[in-house]
Amino acid sequence: MTILLDRSTRVLVLGITGKIGSFHTAEMIAYGTNIVGGVTPGKGGTMVHNVPVFDTIKEAVEKTQASAAIVFVPPPFAADSIMEAADAGLKLCVAITDGIPAKDMIRVKRYMRRYARENRMQLVGPNCAGIISPGKSLLGIMPGHIYLPGHIGVVGRSGTLGYEAAAQMKDLGIGISTSVGIGGDPINGSSFRDILELFENDPDTHAVMMIGEIGGPQEAEAAAYIREHMTKPVAAYVAGLSAPKGRRMGHAGAIIQAFGESASEKVELLRDAGVAISPSPSEIGRTMETLLKAA
Amino acid sequence: MDIHEYQAKEILSRFGVAVPQGGLAYSPEQAAYRARDIGGSKWIVKAQIHSGGRGKAGGVKLCSSEHQVEEEADELFGKRLITHQTGPQGKTVYRVYVEGAVAIKREIYLGLVLDRKSERVMVVASSAGGMEIEEIAQREPNSIIRSVVEPAVGMPAFQAREIAFGLGLEPALTQQAVNTILGCYKAFEELDATMVEINPLVVTEDNRLIALDAKMTFDDNALFRLPHIAELRDKSQEDPRETRANDRGLSYVGLDGSIGCIVNGAGLAMATMDMIKAAGGEPANFLDIGGGATPERVAKAFRLVTSDQNVRAILVNIFAGINRCDWVAEGIVMALQKSPINMPVVVRLAGTHVEEGRKILARSGLPIIRAGTLAEAASRAVAAWRNDSLTKVAS
Repeated sequence: MTILLDRSTRVLVLGITGKIGSFHTAEMIAYGTNIVGGVTPGKGGTMVHNVPVFDTIKEAVEKTQASAAIVFVPPPFAADSIMEAADAGLKLCVAITDGIPAKDMIRVKRYMRRYARENRMQLVGPNCAGIISPGKSLLGIMPGHIYLPGHIGVVGRSGTLGYEAAAQMKDLGIGISTSVGIGGDPINGSSFRDILELFENDPDTHAVMMIGEIGGPQEAEAAAYIREHMTKPVAAYVAGLSAPKGRRMGHAGAIIQAFGESASEKVELLRDAGVAISPSPSEIGRTMETLLKAA
Repeated sequence: MDIHEYQAKEILSRFGVAVPQGGLAYSPEQAAYRARDIGGSKWIVKAQIHSGGRGKAGGVKLCSSEHQVEEEADELFGKRLITHQTGPQGKTVYRVYVEGAVAIKREIYLGLVLDRKSERVMVVASSAGGMEIEEIAQREPNSIIRSVVEPAVGMPAFQAREIAFGLGLEPALTQQAVNTILGCYKAFEELDATMVEINPLVVTEDNRLIALDAKMTFDDNALFRLPHIAELRDKSQEDPRETRANDRGLSYVGLDGSIGCIVNGAGLAMATMDMIKAAGGEPANFLDIGGGATPERVAKAFRLVTSDQNVRAILVNIFAGINRCDWVAEGIVMALQKSPINMPVVVRLAGTHVEEGRKILARSGLPIIRAGTLAEAASRAVAAWRNDSLTKVAS
């Protein structure tokens, strides 16, 4: 068992004919991901890496029975593609695209609420590295070889910092069940809490490594969820302890800012929730090792 | 992207927000001309910089003659104003805005901002406006009105009316307040703003509701579809290092330390800064060269980081994912051979093709200090910086 996807998940690549989309399609196929089609409006009927391309997502779903998609569509059109994916009835959509306007993401999230919770597509990202279940499937852009299969769930905002964590754990012989990048944008599809809940319910995941960052309320929400609902051990690192206070104009941002948005406040809330905190980014692997020994 | 007060007022007045009569000036003579044009007997001369807190920093002057307008403007031009929002280096005044003074009865605060918790636009308002608004919000959080806008329908009039009544405005001003709030929301929505702020919004002695100051910030990701907003960018208000970085597609924030950082990915860049600090050093910058980290980007990053006079050592930390360490290593060697750098360079490579990458660095014969892990990289960079500063002090 893995969360969100497995070897049989039928995947569409949105924006498959672009340079980046085409490159990562080949990488994902090589890793064993079941890519069944691609979508680029106006390029229907062509093939990319032996994968059929369709004009619309609905048509692609009808012909291929796909249930998941990965988005490489450029920022001006990416939000539209995500809404099209939700409307076509896909269950999972991973948006890799970096640079989608915040207003577009507000619309996307409002649009997705048209569907009842149980039929609602799960969006991961945007501006993220995607999802990998080591040895099984890759719906993202991470380098597969730095991940060892195992039983630790990893969730984080950043791509390369997630690689750092995976590599440190691999060096200590600690493997990963699934690693999810939720992305660095202010408005994203899945929060830390959403992914923690999936890990909590996944029998194959025995502990979780969470990699937070300065800014936003999602680590504080995660801390509350961990305290109240999680039975599995959780370790965390929060990046940005040394980051200077943001230089922003105006007072509005400061007025609405709640406790738990600075890196040190996030660490405090997570520690209070019983999370093992990695004191520095070079201790992520060892913090998990210690936590596993204690469990 | 931030814009100036006068630009924000121009935009908001198109959306039905009342602003004082005013005019922009690039010279003291022009300022005096603007004052005459506006008429009356009292004017405010306001330094146009991308920062709040200008009044406390001496950037806002009340004048009672055209001659005084000219003198105060002359004083302001070229002056470096330091506020709590500019950082210690301050911002230089190249434009002033002259406005007719208004007699103020009451000051109100009105702000609109992207709220990450509700993932919607939030209106924030307080019946006590002015410079101490953040302290008021801390002391009496319940005195602040917060109202979230449903994105599918936008802001209905009743929601603006509730805010207006919540501010305790007299009935005669309610409609003006509603127009102001709705106007701000429309501007925010239509122009992909991330922040609109009127502080203070004032009630004048003759019972008008006027935006005495205005600030707007826009979503950089949306500028592609807002060319008329993008052209309002004023590079004189940005850190020149950040401007150079942005123009080259790099994400850079200048700091005051002495260890320059070149990293791929924002999270890893922050973690690298944390690591330098933990090892006893101070980072000179945040620099994310992007997940890809092509040799060209690495070379650009070296030029950018070394242009900072405070930098005494450089730490390169690249985790190659979809990229390959051997390509990145070639980029580093190319950059250092083309323009040799007179300071220690510590390089840590990890990920795809790491062995090949390390071999390329070793073969190059360049005095690169290599590190295997993040911890090693930070401690070697800090040690190199210490040694370097010791030798310099000794000689």
